[in-house]
Amino acid sequence: MFENWVNILTYLSQGAWTTISIFLVAALFSFIMAFIAGLSRLSTNLLLRGFTAFYVEIFRGTSLIVQLFWLYYAVPMLFNIDLGSNWWVGVIAIGLNYGAYMSEVVRSSILSINKGQTEASIALNLSRFQRMRQVILPQALRLMLPEFGNYSIQILKGTALVSLIGLSDILYYGDIYRSSNLSEGPIAYFMVLIMYFIIALPLIWLSKKGEKIARKGVAS
Amino acid sequence: MNSQYWSWETFLEAFPIILEGLKITLGLTVVSYLLAMLAGFIWLVLEATPWRPFNLIIYWVREFIRSTPPIVQIFFLYFAWPMVPYVGMSFTPFVAAMLALGIHFSTYISEVYRSGIDSVEKGQREASTALNLSTKDRWLNVILPQALPPTIPMLGNYLIILFKEVPLAATIGVVGILSIARSYGAQTWSYIEPLTIVALLFLLLSYPSALLINKLEGKMNRRFDKKQKKVGVSE
Repeated sequence: MFENWVNILTYLSQGAWTTISIFLVAALFSFIMAFIAGLSRLSTNLLLRGFTAFYVEIFRGTSLIVQLFWLYYAVPMLFNIDLGSNWWVGVIAIGLNYGAYMSEVVRSSILSINKGQTEASIALNLSRFQRMRQVILPQALRLMLPEFGNYSIQILKGTALVSLIGLSDILYYGDIYRSSNLSEGPIAYFMVLIMYFIIALPLIWLSKKGEKIARKGVAS
Repeated sequence: MNSQYWSWETFLEAFPIILEGLKITLGLTVVSYLLAMLAGFIWLVLEATPWRPFNLIIYWVREFIRSTPPIVQIFFLYFAWPMVPYVGMSFTPFVAAMLALGIHFSTYISEVYRSGIDSVEKGQREASTALNLSTKDRWLNVILPQALPPTIPMLGNYLIILFKEVPLAATIGVVGILSIARSYGAQTWSYIEPLTIVALLFLLLSYPSALLINKLEGKMNRRFDKKQKKVGVSE
């Protein structure tokens, strides 16, 4: 029985790299999107602010699976854009979706920094860029850490959807295994869950760590 | 934009067909959410047992459910549960999706309850002990009335998040809006319009609700702040 479990795990691990690579690139992409969109929403430029608000609300208001299908079926036809491969479709959908969610974290963390800090930087004659880069962001970044940790786990969970657009990730191999060994279905899916959990463990640890850092040295 | 692929005719034709699925999508959202609220409470009770090893197990089980993909959990319940020895039985797609989503979200909801209960000041408990209130009175009349209102916006947020996870059920054949849109696409070979309709429906329902909850949150925060200030003055 135990041997069987190991067999299933090795079989599933064929899909591990797809899951992990999509997770890593999508996470990086959504961090970048989060900062671009989060900062743009605080800009003084009305057009930029309006455009980012539109992006954020569209992606936060619809579900990831719908966006994934839309990107997969509709975008290539409608806009004549070839996104390269399904791997990129997955990365872009997940990155845009969670980038929108995380941009709200960036925005609210920046807004939560005491106004006195901004006023002091103005008094010290720092430029807008210096003010953000050297005074506000270093303080805001710390507040973002726990939420970023949580969202990284959400991103990992989101990657399981890419098997629906034909990528061979962990879930895909789990499905294949189950359909050829019906009676072992429970173990097969349980092992899929275990594999996702193993990948999530360092992320859970990181978000706990982030919470600690965010709390450290702060009154109240 | 390549307008030759977009047809308003298809859009108008598909719209009422897809709208039919909204009942199932919303129904699944509501029942999953009710299950999550109930199960979230059960987690709290399980966590409160004084035996530590059991608490640890509960903690990790919850962490496990929370950090693994809900779609795999849906597949597990739908495809694999019937094969589980002794307790296995087959569910209809709707029930399988309801159980999976309900249990998945209960792990979040229990966290919300916990934060609500933790937000009640310690003095309130001590005062109820000093007043010799029974456990029932203490919970029903002192702690819960203060713990629950601040959690309402958070609970609302999770309802919206859950609503956006419900189309996952399309993968096991629950005939919600996404499922209808996909089969419409498979029949007519036009995916763009039906999928856009689905996206629009989600946006139309979730965005106003999110605004409403934001407003509620602001209101709650103001109320909470006032309370704090009052305490500050009297001290």
